[in-house]
Amino acid sequence: MNVTTHPSEGIGASVRRREDLRFLSGRGQYTDDLNRPGQLHAWILRSPYAHARIDGIDTAAAAAMPGVQAVYTAADIEAAGLGGIPCGWQVTGKGGQVMAEPMHPVLASGKVRHVGDPVAVVVAETRNQARDAAEAIAVSYTPLPALSTMAAALAPGAPLLHDDAPGNVCFDWEIGDAAATDAAFATAHKVVRFETTNNRLVPNAMEPRAAIGDYDPHSGEHTLYTTSQNPHVIRLLMGAFVLKVPEHRLRVVAPDVGGGFGSKIYHYAEEAIVTWSAAQLKRPVKWTCERSEAFLSDAHGRDHVTTAELALDREGKFLGLRVSTLANMGAYLSTFAPAVPTYLSATLLAGVYTTPAIHGQVKAVFTSTVPVDAYRGAGRPETTYLLERLVDVAAREMGMDRIEIRRKNFIRPDQFPYQTPVALQYDSGDYEATLREALRGADYAGFEARRAEAKARGRLRGIGVSTYLEACGIAPSKLVGQLGARAGLYEVANIRVHPTGSVSVFTGTHSHGQGHETTFAQLVSEQLGVPLSQVEIVHGDTGKIPFGMGTYGSRSLAVGGSAMVKAMDKIIAKGRKIAAHLLEASVEDIEFSNGQFRVAGTDRAKAFAEISMAAYVPHNYPIEEIEPGLEETAFYDPKNFTYPGGCHICEVEIDPETGEVAVVAFTACDDVGRVINPMIVEGQIQGGLAQGIGQALIENTVYDAEGQLLSASFNDYAMPRATQIPSFGVSTSTTLCTHNPLGVKGCGEVGAIGSPPAVINAVVDALRDYGVTHVEMPATPLKIWSIIHAKDGAALPAAAE
Amino acid sequence: MYDFAYHKPSSLADAVKLLAEDPDAKPISGGMTLLPALKHRLNMPTALIDLSGIAELRGIKREGDAIVIGAMVKHFEVATDPQIMAAIPALARMAATIGDTQVRNRGTIGGSLANNDPAADYPAAALALGATLITDRRQIPADDFFVGMFTTAMEPGELLIGVSFPIPEKAGYAKLRNPASRYSMTGVFVAKGPKGVGVGVNGAASCAFRQKEMEAALAANWSPEAVANIRQPANDLNSDIHGSAEYRANLVTVMAKRAVADAG
Repeated sequence: MNVTTHPSEGIGASVRRREDLRFLSGRGQYTDDLNRPGQLHAWILRSPYAHARIDGIDTAAAAAMPGVQAVYTAADIEAAGLGGIPCGWQVTGKGGQVMAEPMHPVLASGKVRHVGDPVAVVVAETRNQARDAAEAIAVSYTPLPALSTMAAALAPGAPLLHDDAPGNVCFDWEIGDAAATDAAFATAHKVVRFETTNNRLVPNAMEPRAAIGDYDPHSGEHTLYTTSQNPHVIRLLMGAFVLKVPEHRLRVVAPDVGGGFGSKIYHYAEEAIVTWSAAQLKRPVKWTCERSEAFLSDAHGRDHVTTAELALDREGKFLGLRVSTLANMGAYLSTFAPAVPTYLSATLLAGVYTTPAIHGQVKAVFTSTVPVDAYRGAGRPETTYLLERLVDVAAREMGMDRIEIRRKNFIRPDQFPYQTPVALQYDSGDYEATLREALRGADYAGFEARRAEAKARGRLRGIGVSTYLEACGIAPSKLVGQLGARAGLYEVANIRVHPTGSVSVFTGTHSHGQGHETTFAQLVSEQLGVPLSQVEIVHGDTGKIPFGMGTYGSRSLAVGGSAMVKAMDKIIAKGRKIAAHLLEASVEDIEFSNGQFRVAGTDRAKAFAEISMAAYVPHNYPIEEIEPGLEETAFYDPKNFTYPGGCHICEVEIDPETGEVAVVAFTACDDVGRVINPMIVEGQIQGGLAQGIGQALIENTVYDAEGQLLSASFNDYAMPRATQIPSFGVSTSTTLCTHNPLGVKGCGEVGAIGSPPAVINAVVDALRDYGVTHVEMPATPLKIWSIIHAKDGAALPAAAE
Repeated sequence: MYDFAYHKPSSLADAVKLLAEDPDAKPISGGMTLLPALKHRLNMPTALIDLSGIAELRGIKREGDAIVIGAMVKHFEVATDPQIMAAIPALARMAATIGDTQVRNRGTIGGSLANNDPAADYPAAALALGATLITDRRQIPADDFFVGMFTTAMEPGELLIGVSFPIPEKAGYAKLRNPASRYSMTGVFVAKGPKGVGVGVNGAASCAFRQKEMEAALAANWSPEAVANIRQPANDLNSDIHGSAEYRANLVTVMAKRAVADAG
């Protein structure tokens, strides 16, 4: 890379986020802020039952109500020939058995399969009229037994949620070498067994989902404004599979989006409903999700039930790992759902360790609950939690130090590239370096003094460590195609240099809080030597940007940024030809740095803006040789996943009288590869840590036996608050990614991936005197108090001996 | 929400008259409970009678050995009023823990007392301090006022206009918040005053209540140790996904101890 002419704006500078002025001053333009002329409003009637047969729907009274323009049910959708909501990934299980992929209708057809399943849509002049009319729709249901849990769905004789998913199983899949793993266990000195449930979470982005369908009867063009992380993916899925509208007649715009965390990747029925109904009614149709509706309709995350066995030799070296997971898919397959417990989770079972033999199995199960899909980390938090808890349990059973057992099994820096037994090949990392830095930052050595001091105050203090890695920067298209992805996972950038040298970047990634408008501009400023103020980042509109795959899996910089680098390389290559002509030198002699095209070894140079002007005013120009203009597009398909990792250390204090757990210190040292904007990276890590602490301590999704969601609002679903979050000690320690041009790995998910086991390891450590070996997430006050109470036989344990 | 008529009377008499004329009308003060219920369509009043324009419902004053607080006084005002902070600092501290900044600047003491949410803070203070609830037609001792979950002794159309708290010798409050809603999972307000010792409990049961065994123990020995071994029976306590009845019973003891320590 070139050295920037603007050191305060290029790679490595903590440039303030350019987008924040509009966000913080209320001038962001979110989907619900948009209103189209003549706009109608949709209200969706949702199922109150977890599982029921629909015997009939009477919409006559609703249709006659004031302001109502239309009432639609499955019959209308089917008559119009619309397709179902597609799934983007097809997993092939044991014995070549392709996954069960039941129809996911836009509106429930014949049956409802979870509380919140859309049953009918009312479109009216006002939102209140639509809602009034929805209450007048009479649906007669015959309730069927709910399948609230995977255990209920897998029970012998359980009723089928979908007729074409026998046993309520979606797939039964495996990875690794079962025979080699059995052989490793046969030689083991000790086998440690561990079972855990990774708690189900509701994403709860700050901005609820919204969608506006618009239709131009003259051009036949449909437009969908939607809260999406990937507008082109929505256009492809909805256009090709649901509405059967070709790309040139369908524009999808994802304007400012207020957080996604995965939940806005997927194509949702509401998007198809507003787009289709707008065309039926020849008027725009808007739908905005209520917060309580979001709990019942946004894809949930996690919900894995796992059993693991770790085989160790006498010295504590890991010999083999056996893992069996039940993964909840919910009622229907959401866009990425089958990939989450398999290719995004089980492929990480080696973690940062040299375990030579691994066998993983995943059985995916349909239940009468909201569909489950990727949520910040997507499969990687589940595996990281499993491994980092398992390692602590193993250390205890072996009588070993928790740090020592990790060090003994780390993949060493000289072992990269490292081929794991579960498909992935890690390119780089230094787990000892991040561990050492985190131990230092956390004053790990001084912990016992702090534990003693807390004990004198009647508090139980514990410390927990997590050494983790993850796989992101998704993903090599050929590889994911072999694994069942129905799309490529490259990214695109179009760089348009304007005549005066200002630059517009059209990227297929999407920013919904990550700060791309700043980070990407820094990248361009660095490489082209253009001031930050001259760079514009454009995203989120299929009418403007080339076909790209969007933002998820910490891929935007590693994949999208790499596409930008490639496109800028083309810009520079063309610029050198123009400069060679103007400077009467050979192309080979033209160097580009600091925004100057220079004849090597001379002071003869042309500024970047002179070259761009020449490209658009080609009077003195090699017109026979090259075309006018200065605009280039590049697609980048990654060669491998990227592998960020690091060490998280959490310290908690437990109030034994109430069971409350307070996170009193948290230190993270992460290797995210090259850092473009340290402030933004720190913000991303802090946000991820807050979500990880939320999962570990308070967040939980609870269904009752009838399939009703008990934690269906913020009254009962606990979100982490500022008062529960410590002042983090966040740092980075860098090894470069070896296979992308920037050396970047991704930072969006590491906080949420690495932190939950650090928190629970600390909680278990704090309770060590009570003989506690495990605490399931979330470690709520009730749960902790119950553990202490049960161990003590008294409500109020002695705080000190 | 469903449509409703909206009235904003400027006198107590007008408000009472509007309520008398329409049995399906509802008074609204800060709306911190009622507005979410309306938005969720859980409630369908014909009219809302907005009490915010009535001067008689405002103001905080000292009357002899009592602090009298108007029904429309906001939590923020209770938390920061110099007279309350001087006379019943525990009440001010309690008010400072209600909801968040936005809620404290909208929600009112009268709205909270009249709503009688089992997990609201004030009813425990009213019981412990031996407060008197003042309505448009009578005065009701706190012991008689809080009848059951979301239920008070007030008649339909009766309007709470204020509350009188006897100034205690000392008082303290401690609570554990529900991890999700941040309402009280269990809170205990203790007071030692002219009428004796009061221990009010919120969040634990279907309605705030007095813990009389603790009152007797504290009357004999005002110290955290006096209540440390008193067990609240779990039988009638609330149980939900956040806290079992046994857990709440434990919290009654723990919070009582901490409230006494808070009182000093």
